[in-house]
Amino acid sequence: MNPARGSLLGIEHLEAAEILKLLKFARRMNPDKPRPLLKGKRVLLLFYEPSTRTRSSFEIAAKSLGAHTILIQSAGSSIEKGESLLDTGYTVRAVGADIIVIRHPNAGAPYLMARHIDVPVINAGDGLHEHPSQALLDAYTILRNKKTFKGLQVAIVGDIFHSRVARSACHLLSKFGVKIILCGPPELAPDIATTLAPGVRVTRHIEDALRGTDVVMLLRVQKERLAGLTIDLPEYIARYQMNPARLKMAKKDAIVMHPGPIIRGLELTSEVADGAQSRILEEVRNGVPTRMAILARAMGRMR
Amino acid sequence: MTSAEKNRSNLPATTLLIKGGHLIDPAARIDAPMDVLLKDGRVAEVTAPNKIKSGANEKAEKFDARGLIVAPGFIDLHTHLREPGQAYKETIATGTVAAAAGGFTSVCTMPNTAPVVDSVEWLEWLRQPERGAVVNVFAIAAATRSSKGATLTDFRALHSAGAIAVSDDGKPILDDAIMREALVLGGELNIPVVQHAEDTRMTENCSMHAGARSFRLGLRGMTAAAEASIVERDVQLAMHIPNARLHVAHLSTADALKSVRRGKRAKARVTFEVTPHHFTLTDEDMRDYDSNYKMNPPLRSASDLEAILAALADGTVDAIATDHAPHAAHEKEMEFECAAFGITGLETALALAVTRLHREKRIPLSRIVELFTAGPAHCFDLRGRGSLIRGSIADVTVFDPKKKWTFDAAKSRSKSRNTPFDGWQLTGKVVATIVGGKIVYSA
Repeated sequence: MNPARGSLLGIEHLEAAEILKLLKFARRMNPDKPRPLLKGKRVLLLFYEPSTRTRSSFEIAAKSLGAHTILIQSAGSSIEKGESLLDTGYTVRAVGADIIVIRHPNAGAPYLMARHIDVPVINAGDGLHEHPSQALLDAYTILRNKKTFKGLQVAIVGDIFHSRVARSACHLLSKFGVKIILCGPPELAPDIATTLAPGVRVTRHIEDALRGTDVVMLLRVQKERLAGLTIDLPEYIARYQMNPARLKMAKKDAIVMHPGPIIRGLELTSEVADGAQSRILEEVRNGVPTRMAILARAMGRMR
Repeated sequence: MTSAEKNRSNLPATTLLIKGGHLIDPAARIDAPMDVLLKDGRVAEVTAPNKIKSGANEKAEKFDARGLIVAPGFIDLHTHLREPGQAYKETIATGTVAAAAGGFTSVCTMPNTAPVVDSVEWLEWLRQPERGAVVNVFAIAAATRSSKGATLTDFRALHSAGAIAVSDDGKPILDDAIMREALVLGGELNIPVVQHAEDTRMTENCSMHAGARSFRLGLRGMTAAAEASIVERDVQLAMHIPNARLHVAHLSTADALKSVRRGKRAKARVTFEVTPHHFTLTDEDMRDYDSNYKMNPPLRSASDLEAILAALADGTVDAIATDHAPHAAHEKEMEFECAAFGITGLETALALAVTRLHREKRIPLSRIVELFTAGPAHCFDLRGRGSLIRGSIADVTVFDPKKKWTFDAAKSRSKSRNTPFDGWQLTGKVVATIVGGKIVYSA
């Protein structure tokens, strides 16, 4: 399979050097100082799933680079009439798309698109599989706060199984030797997750995950993806909810991250979400320059 | 078919002498150079080279089989010919031409069509000459009405109308009482109940095998337990119902294999088949969400594959069956999780068996031939087939076990192209397929 140059389908097959190059370039991007790197280009945002952060952030990123954006959502488009993913892809290509950004509930949907369409395809989240732009903006955020990946320990707490964010984060952080501890009940943090990448381990105990940790990444319990799995929420809260007392088990200067949307009172308390260690809104902010870099790279303008 | 093939198949069935070949007929314990004389649709003589009695010899059309293996006609226990109702995927005509090209002289067609073949009327429809079958087509009828798993079909009437087995293939018979009833009734009539063993309560929204790979790809996985638990239950039932005949379709897991082995040791009438893709590929082989690697049961783990290879070698496996499941391009070129399950398989089965089992795993050719002939004939009790002893039906497969070739899916005779083996270099090729004494395919 040969996806168009500049495609970003996932983190798994991206090289560490390429990631660093992208993050370095992202540091030079600033939405308040627009640069016409993508002047006149058309960025098609194909969203088959609800999204607030990713969609708006890609849109602002594209516009800051001088591109036009066209948003297509399943509701109100031919997708509703039963058009196949590929036919929608051929259609938006024929309309003149230069880049396709796709968010889709099925793992691998961007691969299908990239196999058949000759413009760069950017995965904005595919099912349970990957969410590469999120992993990159998280890496960007970690580097801004911790300067280097060297010697870092990251705990990812919550619904790992249903999380494309967790998969992409594991792939990315592992490439830089970061120690990754996944924490949650067996249904949400299965032991098989250790096979994802080198340096990943799984624990059931929050204290174990937090001890010596530099970055605490929290994940939402994805009720919409549980598919018959039942999670005892009070039990989950009792064992895994991040509250100020628990956060103290981590390193003093640990930061708290969350890809959003956050559910206050479930995976974290308001004190943690709004506390001094929280970088949740910074992540959202960092999404824009990171996605500017991703889009510039897609058009070969990352120089 | 080439025009030459057409001409030959239009000849009246008279006499055909297959000369100079190496005959492998496991049921007759023959693995030696032999000539075979076919006459009036039957095997008239099998003798040492050049020992066919004169007379017949002179009038007979001759087939030069020097350097080739001559075997009983191959039997596929598990074929989806897609008629009635899904002719856009395959027809009986196109599917049987593909079967002939793969060396199959008989195929057993599955009833999960539209509508489901659950009545005598549809069985008769399948047999009409207008369907254009070029090899023998044996019908497997639905075990329950519309294969809904609730009410058994009329086994007796279906059996009298020619059904050789019953199955709800594509779906399992989940309900314990219904499965028990099916085995009791099948036992009374001496027909096998063919089970697609999958506890669908455990596999909802799943599209591949549950393991490290499915976790990595973010695809929900079918556990081995979803297959093994149904096989275990069915084997238990078969062990305790007098005369019950259970045939496990496309067995794919080491755990299910253990149950079947136990049943066989207990002398229960339990048989099973494995597919070429399950002895060739694992869940690690799928790349880039290519839906040509999506089938049900899914490609399993490397240890499952090893267990299946061992069972093929040690004689436990009864038959190789293709589970030939053609689908139109638009049903496969979809999001992996939405794409249809199934791959084509008739034209690659022998070559995969020779390449993987014989050349790589050193399983003797005689065992491979057994898995395509005597084995399947025994599973479904196809009398007069699966062997070339004198008097049997003149279904013969001639193949070259050393011929290297590249499978080109675009040139497949099937109507569909959904195969993971496109472009594969394989060894072992069918040279001629003879049905009832007539050559229906020659390379």
